[in-house]
This record gives sequence, structure tokens and C-alpha cells, in this order.
Amino acid sequence: MPLGSRNGYDVEAIRQDFPILATTMHGRPLVYLDNAGSTQKPKAVIDELSRFYSNDYANIHRGVYDLSMRASEAHEAARRTVQRFINAVDSREVIFTRNGTEGMNLVAQSYVRPRAKPGDKVVVSRMEHHANIVPWQILGQQVGLELVVVEITEAGELDLDDLERKIDDRTLLVSLPWVSNVLGTVNPVERLVEMAHAKGVPLLLDACQAVQHLPVDVQAVGCDFLVFSGHKVYGPSGIGILWGKAELLDAMPPYQGGGDMIASVSFDGTTFNELPYKFEAGTPFIEGAAALAKAIDYVTALGLDAIHAHEDELLAYGTRALKQIKGLRLIGEAPHKSSVLSFVMEGIHPHDIGTLVDLDGVAIRTGHHCAQPLIEHLGLPATARASLGLYNTTHDLDALVVSLQRVVDKLG
Amino acid sequence: MAEATIQDEERAIEEEFALFDEWRDKIDYVMDLGRNLKPFPAASRTEANKVHGCQSQVWMVAHVDPRTGRLHLDADSDAILVKGLIGLLMRLYDDRPPAEIVATPPTVFDRVGLGRHLTPGRANGLHAMIRRVRELAAAQA
Repeated sequence: MPLGSRNGYDVEAIRQDFPILATTMHGRPLVYLDNAGSTQKPKAVIDELSRFYSNDYANIHRGVYDLSMRASEAHEAARRTVQRFINAVDSREVIFTRNGTEGMNLVAQSYVRPRAKPGDKVVVSRMEHHANIVPWQILGQQVGLELVVVEITEAGELDLDDLERKIDDRTLLVSLPWVSNVLGTVNPVERLVEMAHAKGVPLLLDACQAVQHLPVDVQAVGCDFLVFSGHKVYGPSGIGILWGKAELLDAMPPYQGGGDMIASVSFDGTTFNELPYKFEAGTPFIEGAAALAKAIDYVTALGLDAIHAHEDELLAYGTRALKQIKGLRLIGEAPHKSSVLSFVMEGIHPHDIGTLVDLDGVAIRTGHHCAQPLIEHLGLPATARASLGLYNTTHDLDALVVSLQRVVDKLG
Repeated sequence: MAEATIQDEERAIEEEFALFDEWRDKIDYVMDLGRNLKPFPAASRTEANKVHGCQSQVWMVAHVDPRTGRLHLDADSDAILVKGLIGLLMRLYDDRPPAEIVATPPTVFDRVGLGRHLTPGRANGLHAMIRRVRELAAAQA
């Protein structure tokens, strides 16, 4: 039985929901393996954007007229969908942002900055995306915050002993990725929460590479903040989520000033200047929230457990297949991995790999993946990365392998 | 015979690329140029000579010869495709009077379909390299 048709997970039927997967690149069927970069959109998401503009669009929280209230209701319904998706206690804890990066910056400026004295610390790790490095460095310039980096092991896992050592009484926040975008390592998030909380420090989880691959339950995990971006979970780009515990968010000052976040006369009963609105200055990506809800409905209907199982099988298949290629070395072989196959090839630059496989219709990412400190730590100029999504198949991985074999024949 | 100008060289490159219908063949051709790029001194692969691009490393050395007044260009990359793009750039700008470089922004990359490799900020540092050469030329022209 082909991979992915077991247990009712019919990947061929799923692929029909994603119009772009039927297109070509350089005359070849598109083999899309850059899902850690961004994911493609199901028809339900594409249609919702069009439907929303056609039927329900108006500015929110502004008008007493039916259309505006409908749009506002849709926005709040989307917030509740996100709340259920991550099992937050209250939808007030769900803040719409532009992307995961904005969530990080919001926590940096509204949670850490008001507390920070020179020499206070935020603890991150060697495997960070730039979004979990630069906001803290900016605080370094603004208030003298120190950025502390936890090392990783040879296998690409967090060095938990090092983490233990580095959380101290000057640590204001521990901020770590759930899943590494370069190595695919799935970090032991419950353990990380335990370790941070044992020292009275809150933990932010960067879930940008997690929410689309595995079930996320913020209450079960026990973290204090969590960010993710809509476009990586099959939703629109330009919308992201910051979730935080209400008592933390309530005590934080606003991030940006503007409309909708200030106390103001209200006709429609919307409470201003309270959670979540105090963090949502200006007109948000209203239709994006509605479409994100459709994306969440879509992955929820398939089931994150089923998606996870499918992608895990593909990951194992891809790992075996790539290892057969002469001179190819996988980067990141943690025992607990998700959906990412980073690699280098002897004597061939990743940029050339990416350029050549593109000609065969295969889309992979090459470069430093916005994680320069990690790539440098690994002693590499760059890597090539194939990353999996819920619609990928063994055929996609076979196409990648055939194409990489051609690269070896040409340049190896 | 008068010396070929940058524009002559651009026309020549355009004619070479006109031989290829397929994008694949154009890429092959650029990679061939990359393989044949003249050797770059290892000692010049320094941080100071690095041109920052996202995907691959690029090193460039450019100077104006005080005797001839002409700009000399040497560059290298660890990616063959980028070396090929460098090869094309050197055909345009190496051993040229700075005033001619300043007067002739490169248009051939767009005309042969390689313009997307010049996207600022993302692709491969070629954009930054062109800017650096042209700035240096402008300072000397």
C-alpha cells in the first residue's frame, strides 16, 4: 500500500485541495519541498479570501452597520478558532500579529523591555532563527540586555545541562524554538518549561515550525508565550499569532499605538484598551484572520496526529533515500526530528544544488535559512533544505533524489 | 580596430544567449563560464573583500590602475552559478575606463533573462557587486 493512504489519510485526495500542486516549474510537475519556508494554500483558504471580500468585508470594531459587525464577528470567530487550535484558556490571550517575528518583537518590547536593567538576560539557543536573536539584540542596544546562547550537542539537540547552567537570577525570559527550522530537531518543550519555571523564569516558544506538524496544547505544555505564523500552517502570509498567559499580557504595556487599541467611544460594545485589542493597533489583516481560521479548520479536520504520522513516515523515507546519494551528508540527525532534511553535498555549493534541481521542477531552500549563527557553528557556508508538508508524497522525495543524482553527475 | 565597448560586449553576450531556447541551457552555459573563470588568489578570500549576499559567498577585489586609469576587477564565489555571473560581469567591466562604467549600467542581465539574479538583498550578491564596482568607478571617473 502506498505511503499516506493508510488510516484514511489519502494524500492524493489531499493534493487535489491545493491548486498550485498541479502546476509546473520549467515545464516539470512542481515538486514543492520548501514547506519550512512557507506552505501552499488549500482551496478553502484561497476561496475564503475571495468570499470574504465578496460578501463580508468592512473594517472591524468601527461600524454599527451589519456588514462591519459581521466582519468583526468573523475576526473574533477566527480568534476563537486559534484559541481552540492551541487550547488556550481564553481567546483574549490570542493576539493577531503580522507574523511570528512580530510576536517576538512584541514580547521583547512590551514584556522584557519594561523590566530590563543593564546586564539582565534573555536565554536563547544556538539553533535560533534570526527572529529569536535580533529582537533581543535590539534590546541590548536599548537597555543593555544581554543575550545568552545555549549550546547544542553534536546530534543537533539542545544541551540541557548548558541550559540549566545558563538560566540564572538575571534571566528575564527563556526563548526557544519548539522545532528547529534548519535541523528539524523537536525540542523537549515540557522539560524546557520545567527547567525555566524551576528558576521562576517564563518561557516563550517559537512554534513557527511546530503548529503545522504536531498537536500543540499550550496548557499541557505550560509555556508562557507562544508565537507562530499563519503562512506556515497553510494560511495567508501577513498574519501571525502571539499567544500569552492573560496575567502576563494584561500587565504589559501596548506595543504600538494607533486606532483600536485606545479607550474610545464604542457603539458596538467592543471593549477597547483591554486584551487582546491593546496589542492590535490599526486595521488588522481582517480577511487574513478569516482565511487563517479556514487553514486551521483544514489541518484540524485532517488531524495533526495523522499529519504528523504521515510526515514522519516521509521523513524516514527521505532520510534513507538521501543517504544513498554519494557525497551527501545530512545536517541534523536528532532522534526526535520533524519534517526537515537539511544537507550538504561534497564539493557542490547549495546554491548550485538549488539552481539545478529547480530546473527539474523541484523547489527546495538553499542558504543560511535565517539562522546564520547556527550555520557558522556547523562550519558550513550554507545548506540545502528539503522540508515536508502534509501534501508531500514519496514521489516528491523520489523526484528530489533523481534530481540530486543528476547534480552529482554534473558537478560532483 | 576600435576597442569593443561595454555595449558591444553586452550585444555579444545577448547573441550567445540567443542560441539557447531552454532556461536549462542558459544555466548550463553560465555554469560553464563559472568553471572557466580565471583563478582568484586564495589570499584575497578575506572578510574585507567579501560582498554580502544571502546564498553564496562572493569575494571581490577592484582597483584603478594609476598608470592606465582603467578599473581592474577580480572576483570569485564558492557557487559555480555565481562564478558564471561574475564571468559575465567581468566581461562588461574588467579593464575598462571608470567613466565608461559609470555611463553604462548593465542591462544585459535583464535582456538574457538573468535579471532575477539581480534582485537586491536576496539572491547572490551580484547586485551588491555591481553596485560596488560602479561606486568605485564613480569615485575615480
